[in-house]
Amino acid sequence: MAGLDLATSGPLERGGRVKPDHDGSLSAARQAPKRRIRLSWSDPAFRAIVWQIVIVGVVLAIGWYLFSNTNRNLSARRIATGFGFLDRVAGIPIGESLIPYNPAEDTYGRALWIGVLNTLKVAVIGVVLATLLGTLIGIGRLSSNWLMAKLTAFYVETIRDIPLLLQLLFWYTMLQGLPAPKQSWRIGDAIFLSNRGIRVPYLVWESAHTWAFYGFVAGVIGTYLWNRHANATQERTGVRPAVWPVGLAAMLGLPLAIWGVMGAPLAWELPVLRGFNFQGGGTVSPEYFALLAGLVLYTAGYIAEIVRSGIQAIAVGQWEAAGALGLRRGAILRHIVLPQALRVIIPPMTSQYLNLTKNSSLAVAIGFQDVVSIANTTLNQTGQAVEGIAVIMAVYLTISLSISLFMNWYNARIALVGR
Amino acid sequence: MSDAAIARKIPSIGAVAWLRANLFGSWMSTAITLALGYVILRVGIAFVDWAFVNAVWHVPYSKTGIAETAVCQNAKGSGACWAIIADKYRLILFGRFPYDEQWRPAIVIILFVALFALSTIRSVWRKGTTAVWVQRVALAGAGLIVLDNAVDLLLTIAQVGFGLHISNPLGPLLGTLNTIGKCGFVFGLLLLWPAIGVWVATLAVIFILMSGGIAGLSVVPVDYWGGLPITLILATFGLAFAFPLAILVALGRRSTQMPAVKTLCVVYVELIRGVPLISVLFMASVMFPLFMPPGINIDKLLRAQIAVILFAAAYLAEVVRGGLQALPKGQTEAADALGLTYWQKTGFIILPQALRLVIPPLVNTFIGFFKDTSLVLIIGIFDLLTMGKVALSDPPWQSFSTEVYVFLAFIYILFCYGMSRYSRGLERELNNARGR
Repeated sequence: MAGLDLATSGPLERGGRVKPDHDGSLSAARQAPKRRIRLSWSDPAFRAIVWQIVIVGVVLAIGWYLFSNTNRNLSARRIATGFGFLDRVAGIPIGESLIPYNPAEDTYGRALWIGVLNTLKVAVIGVVLATLLGTLIGIGRLSSNWLMAKLTAFYVETIRDIPLLLQLLFWYTMLQGLPAPKQSWRIGDAIFLSNRGIRVPYLVWESAHTWAFYGFVAGVIGTYLWNRHANATQERTGVRPAVWPVGLAAMLGLPLAIWGVMGAPLAWELPVLRGFNFQGGGTVSPEYFALLAGLVLYTAGYIAEIVRSGIQAIAVGQWEAAGALGLRRGAILRHIVLPQALRVIIPPMTSQYLNLTKNSSLAVAIGFQDVVSIANTTLNQTGQAVEGIAVIMAVYLTISLSISLFMNWYNARIALVGR
Repeated sequence: MSDAAIARKIPSIGAVAWLRANLFGSWMSTAITLALGYVILRVGIAFVDWAFVNAVWHVPYSKTGIAETAVCQNAKGSGACWAIIADKYRLILFGRFPYDEQWRPAIVIILFVALFALSTIRSVWRKGTTAVWVQRVALAGAGLIVLDNAVDLLLTIAQVGFGLHISNPLGPLLGTLNTIGKCGFVFGLLLLWPAIGVWVATLAVIFILMSGGIAGLSVVPVDYWGGLPITLILATFGLAFAFPLAILVALGRRSTQMPAVKTLCVVYVELIRGVPLISVLFMASVMFPLFMPPGINIDKLLRAQIAVILFAAAYLAEVVRGGLQALPKGQTEAADALGLTYWQKTGFIILPQALRLVIPPLVNTFIGFFKDTSLVLIIGIFDLLTMGKVALSDPPWQSFSTEVYVFLAFIYILFCYGMSRYSRGLERELNNARGR
């Protein structure tokens, strides 16, 4: 029975989504379609209406009370309500930004948008890395090697028992304790690790690279189409044309060929020490690195458990039956085990992705300027507390709903099709 | 040597067989074992060197009482400076609570731990007596408490809403009745439902110990509370209040007869679950003062507590709803067939079974919120983590953050590991019961 699994596996951990089903009460199923409601307390339908009016009335009354208080307080403090402040010049210095920004000219609106982009930058990369690391650790927990299984179990248990905020502070102070740029740790003359962050060489971008990237995209589409063709051929004839040579040629060969034809430009901009800091090259700030490392290491602990329970949920008989049919190990994993395991894994994984995104708001504690941090500065500068918090909530609700919608779509795609 | 001879030489039980099966099963496994073993040994030795062998446990103090941390500075990088913990542990654990009164938060911590330990014993949660007179005592006690508070509330509304200043001649009498009522209520609860009674009584004692003002204890304002008790208070009070609210919201969300209530519950749960705790805490610290009528100021800790309750309730409601959905439909139908009212059906048939199903995920949610209380650092409440940072702001000790963070992590791990062990034990028990 579906329901009983709830107590054992992950789906009900924080934010687990459960498919709704019908309430079991008799009245809904067996009532005559048009029953008249008697004006009597002994009629459940009448009672329901009265109670609803009372409850909604109380909620509305409290809401109105708070709203009127807020209005009174705001007018007493001469704070204008509304989002007009978004067009004013912000003057917030922002350390890292994906789009050009000038504190002397740009508005609060643009500053907040930079915050949103920074949040997304952490969340997207964090989700990808946490999924990779978590899957590895989850598989490690199932390893037949005792040392590996115990070590990964220890990791999962420990990392999940320490508050994320404490971990973030720890990583951040660790990075702060690194040597100054002049004495930085270096790998060759290219990568520098100091308390100003990580400096890496930066590829000088030319049009050949852009075209090579387009070639890569075309290769991915081509491989996908060829894979569909291979599936169709296999259905028809039972013989499957090889996919990987075509995929390799399309996804790797094509971009390389384009790049080569256009003269194979490859110039690196190396970071160089000038004065007290580095010039040139790409940089990963200590704030960003600490936040990303903390989020990934923490969330990977949860994802590992989800992956482990997902794989363990597949009975050994599935492997054996597929083996008896003559499938190879890779094919069994891809066609038999993974599709079933994903069904168990996807719903709790969705809530972990949501958690990681929401947890990225802890950036404010270590000074990475995500949307919460910038909104916080904004509301301190302008006094627009209500609007500032509304912005934060709207941003996270939008991100959360988008992730939920996408994962629900994906989940519906891989769900068991009922007979 | 023939294959049979080799087979005879390899034992199938015992230490060697275990090693062969679990550490050196294949060349891959052997490689993993050797690589991991090397790394673990190196890291382990380095850690023992740092934490014990080269560690500094005491530092001398100057005549003015300032710690001279030169010894620690010299050992930095090779050995831990546990002297900072020896110097600061009372600050970290008890915050700025008056030094001579710090036995009170110490007892509070012990009470909390005892309360948790007691709650893990299954038989404690059994129902107590069903004697009618005990029920009446408890009800009468509750009535007296409500009476006193209702009069106070009416007077406050009259004063704030309509500007009437009415002095209450019955005030002292009602206050006394309130105290008698509280005693009667707790007494009745202890007999009727021992576990809940113990919780209410312990939380009351904890509150008295912290705030004082009764039985010769000096009054300590909330501003001076800090450290571990704050973390425990935020987590425990938060969950104790969030849990009943969560049950109501979960029931409301499952309601078929009341679409308006259902909509309210859905909006509440999804809204809260869609935003980070930080934003709710910001709301409590920045926006909440705007919500209140002028002149009324609610203390910051209470505001954070309310935020934690509202936040936790949304998550707990989803867990409870999972349990409600897992229950077979026949249970509701059978209860309806017996002619039970909604609350009889819910209280005696549905909830006891549904909640039992979701104890493990409930405990996991509890662990999550215990850790999440550390976020109050961001709005400036002096919980355990904040006190750690405060301890680090003392100039002589500024560069020894690792030691403090390790100490704090150790405390958090103690609590969380205890809870997760309990949850796993329960899960195994539930699985066994179901397997039969």
